[in-house]
Amino acid sequence: MKIPVVLVTGFLGSGKTTLLSRLLAHPDMGETAVIVNELGEVGIDHHLLRRVDERTVLLPSGCVCCALRGDLANELRDLLARRDSGEIPTFERVVVETTGLANPTPIVYTLLSAPVVKHQYRLEAVVTTIDAQHGLRHDESVSQAAVADRLVVTKTDLADPAPVLARLRRLNPAVPIVESVFGDVSPSALFDGGERDPRDLVYDDSPAHEHEVRALCLTFDEPLDWTAFGIWLTMLLQARGEDVLRVKGLLNVGTAGPLVLNGVQHVVHPPEHLPEWPDDDRRSLIVFIGRGIEQQALERSLAAFNRATVGSDAS
Amino acid sequence: MCVLCGVLLNEHWAEQEGGRRGRVFRVRLLNRVLAFYGLRLDDWGGRIWVLRDPKGRSVVVTDLGSLWAKAEELAGRRLDPLDPELVASL
Repeated sequence: MKIPVVLVTGFLGSGKTTLLSRLLAHPDMGETAVIVNELGEVGIDHHLLRRVDERTVLLPSGCVCCALRGDLANELRDLLARRDSGEIPTFERVVVETTGLANPTPIVYTLLSAPVVKHQYRLEAVVTTIDAQHGLRHDESVSQAAVADRLVVTKTDLADPAPVLARLRRLNPAVPIVESVFGDVSPSALFDGGERDPRDLVYDDSPAHEHEVRALCLTFDEPLDWTAFGIWLTMLLQARGEDVLRVKGLLNVGTAGPLVLNGVQHVVHPPEHLPEWPDDDRRSLIVFIGRGIEQQALERSLAAFNRATVGSDAS
Repeated sequence: MCVLCGVLLNEHWAEQEGGRRGRVFRVRLLNRVLAFYGLRLDDWGGRIWVLRDPKGRSVVVTDLGSLWAKAEELAGRRLDPLDPELVASL
C-alpha cells in the first residue's frame, strides 16, 4: 500500500499553517509526517516534522512546471529509511505544506516520477486554502485553486464568503468546498469521500471574462478511442499547455468500466481503469480548467480526432 | 507522463495500452494529423519513431511526450489541434 501524501497549498496569509496546526491536533488525524518549507507555528506534538528548502532541480529539456523537487524527494525517501530503521514511528500519511507562492505542479510531478517515491507514495489530495477576505486576487491563488482536490475557504468570520464561493464554483466546480474559521476542519471533511460526480454538476456557461480562468465541461455520447484521445490531449497540452491548468475526466473507451483521467498542467497521472461504471450513464465527461479556450472548439476538435480512427485501424 | 518531459520517463501515459497493434494504429492516426503539416512519421523497429519533413530533414522521436515539440520545429509553426482547418481535414 502506498503512503498517501496530502499537499496543502494556498496564497500567503490564507491560513495554511493554522489549518495544518488544527488538523494535526485532531484526534482522528492519526500518525502523520509533516514536511514544511519554513518552520513556523505548526504544532508538532507527536507528529514528525521536516523542513525542506524551496530548491528545484530543472530536468534537462524539461519545462519549469515539471521541475523535479529533488529536496522533497530526498526528504520523502529519508522518512522511509528512518521509519525502517526504527528511528521514527510508522506514519499513515504525509502532509506537505508549500510556500504561499508555490506552484504545486512540480510537487505532483515529483510524486509521480521520482525514483522510489513514485512506488512508495501516492498523491491523496491537493488541499488549497482561500482567504474569504482577499479571495482570488493573485494569479498564484487562482492556479492553486484550479489544481485543488479540496478547497478550504478561511477567515469566514471576517468577511462574507459568498463572493469567493461563487467564484470558486465557477473555477473548480467538481471539488468539495469547506468553510473554516481558525482552521476548524475535521480530517474526514478533507480526506474522506470522493469528489462530487461531475455529471451531476451544473456548469456556468455564461461568457468568460477576458483572461478568466474557469471550468468547461465536455460530454460525449459515443465511446472515445483511447489512442486518438492520447494523441489529441498531448497535442493540445503542447500547443495550449499554459492555458490548461487542470484536466479531469471519466472516459468511455469501450471497456467494462470508465477510464479515469487526471492531469495538472502538463503532468498527467497514469490513467486508471475502474472495474465498472457507477450508474447507467455511459457518457464520457471531461472537465477542463483553463483560460481562453472555447468549449465548442474543444468538442469539435476531439470529435474530429475520434472520427479519424475510422479507416486507420491496424488490421 | 509529462507532455514536455515524457521522453525522460519509461512509458508515456498515453502509450500504455494496445501493444504492437496499438503502436501501428497510433502511427497511422498520427500521420493523418501530421500530413496536414507536410510531415510524416515512420516506426523504426517498434522502438522509436522517425519524423520527416518534405525537405528530407528528419529527427528521432521516442514518444508522444516529445513528438509535438519536434514536429513544431520541423513544421516551423505551432501545431494547434483546435485549428479549424486541421479539424476539417481529418
